[in-house]
Amino acid sequence: MRFSFLNVMRQALSHNEGWPEQWRSPEPKAAYDAVIVGGGGHGLATAYYLAREHGLTRVAVLEKGWLGGGNTGRNTTILRSNYLWEESAALYEHALKLWEGLSRDLNYNVMYSARGVMMLAHNVHDVQVVKRHVHANRLAGVDNEWLTPGEAKAFCPLLNISPAIRYPIVGAALQRRGGTARHDAVAWGYARAASARGVDIIQNCEMTAIRRDASGAVSGVETTRGAIAAKTVGVVAAGHTSVVMAMAGVRMPLESYPLQALVSEPVKPMMPCVVMSNIIHAYMSQSDKGEMVIGAGTDAYNSYSQTGGLHIAEHTLEAICELFPAVRRLRMLRNWGGVVDVTPDRSPIIGRTPVPGLYVNCGWGTGGFKATPGSGHVFAHTIARGEPHPLAAPFALDRFRAGRLIDEAAAAAVAH
Amino acid sequence: MLLIPCPWCALERPEIEFRHGGEAHVVRPPDPAAVSDAAGTEFLYFRSNPKGLYAERWRHVSGCGRFFNVLRDTVSDRILAAYKPGEPQPEVAREVGP
Ligand SMILES: Cc1cc2nc3c(=O)[nH]c(=O)nc-3n(C[C@H](O)[C@H](O)[C@H](O)COP(=O)(O)OP(=O)(O)OC[C@H]3O[C@@H](n4cnc5c(N)ncnc54)[C@H](O)[C@@H]3O)c2cc1C
Ligand SMILES: [Zn+2]
Repeated sequence: MRFSFLNVMRQALSHNEGWPEQWRSPEPKAAYDAVIVGGGGHGLATAYYLAREHGLTRVAVLEKGWLGGGNTGRNTTILRSNYLWEESAALYEHALKLWEGLSRDLNYNVMYSARGVMMLAHNVHDVQVVKRHVHANRLAGVDNEWLTPGEAKAFCPLLNISPAIRYPIVGAALQRRGGTARHDAVAWGYARAASARGVDIIQNCEMTAIRRDASGAVSGVETTRGAIAAKTVGVVAAGHTSVVMAMAGVRMPLESYPLQALVSEPVKPMMPCVVMSNIIHAYMSQSDKGEMVIGAGTDAYNSYSQTGGLHIAEHTLEAICELFPAVRRLRMLRNWGGVVDVTPDRSPIIGRTPVPGLYVNCGWGTGGFKATPGSGHVFAHTIARGEPHPLAAPFALDRFRAGRLIDEAAAAAVAH
Repeated sequence: MLLIPCPWCALERPEIEFRHGGEAHVVRPPDPAAVSDAAGTEFLYFRSNPKGLYAERWRHVSGCGRFFNVLRDTVSDRILAAYKPGEPQPEVAREVGP
């Protein structure tokens, strides 16, 4: 059933009890044309675009837990495209353009809100780095502008621009089209739209092995719900990519780290935009429920614990209290962690692997939510055609051998 | 926060006294000029990143300043052994895991 004014009215009259399930939950079939491993936003988007753009509908998405229960449902939902290098700006801008029309495309409100993302500069080095980003972005046709402390304060009145604080704000970059979206809605919207086009969404189904034929090519997968034959397998498993790829004997240039976030008790609207500071490891926005959403950095060591250290959160909260003194008395409601897959150059890996039929889309690390639509779109193309989408080509696994790294450490070290 | 036993100081100290040094036993090729692209790439960028038993390096930056190795379970984050560089990796029974 489509979401339309008429249907919303009709359902309201029957106490909203007549809405059908949003996606089918079928038993896994014995064979598919393509199996996508990982039911986060990226995997579900991949399946959706496989069906919509490439006519592949014998597709299954396998999720070991529940949809979006990985990083998709744990992230702080910051969207922006002002990355430094042309390859990255093009990829993230492709995603941002898709965000702009996504609710309509999916007939599902993903609550994309272009409220502006501001990145603070606190010292001379920051100013140089941030201004370099602004100039590079403007040359690449991506909006990004430099603000004085006064202009930053006018855009975000909560900011403390006093020169007397430990890390005074000396300027900021602002991407006005950046903002936030509703994380769960992204997973659910893509799942619903993919399912409507024939994709099987299979939850509580963990892939446990990758089967290969005599030539070494992929012939199927084994799961906790039985074996499935498929000549094409796309791995979109975020923090668990190294573990999953090891099933095919493929080593990855990845390390998995805990990354945490926390939210405060809900308050009246007071924060009109997203503010982040790379140098003092803090960022904050306000959800539509009213909670202040605060993100911290990763822990120092790799781990699958899905729990960040308390001293990491404390470090962030010290910075938050200094930048936004008005929130000092707020109580924190929840604190949680995810497992993020980090590459040496902080850029994702999208494309083929040494195993024929096996594709991988990973390494989005601390900042891949913003890329969800673009990532799914270019990965679907890569899988369907067997060769990389032009925007994905620079992000091939082979770039580490070729030495063509895309170093976004400055853009992505902490910030999202 | 981890409590990390430094084998040099023979003390258990909080994590903030230490800096993580990445995966242990990644050996730098003795003659970098003679290394193949594949082996060089492997040395620079590829890591085992296991879910379970993991050998890693730590440096006691706010203590003795020295490097050492630790065996940790990356699911429970429990430290199972600590040993000095050059010593063989101790045998441990993995205690938690999927
Ligand atoms: C605290 C936090 C804050 C963040 N903030 C931001 C932000 O503000 N902006 C931003 O752009 N990004 C942010 N990120 C990063 C972002 O969440 C991720 O890059 C992105 O969600 C990755 O999407 P995904 O769909 O690949 O991953 P996931 O949603 O993690 O999906 C991967 C799925 O694979 C499943 N899986 C794994 N192994 C198997 C298997 N063997 N069989 C079947 N299924 C399997 C997992 O259960 C999981 O559901 C944040 C991350 C965290 C943890
Ligand atoms: Zn010591």
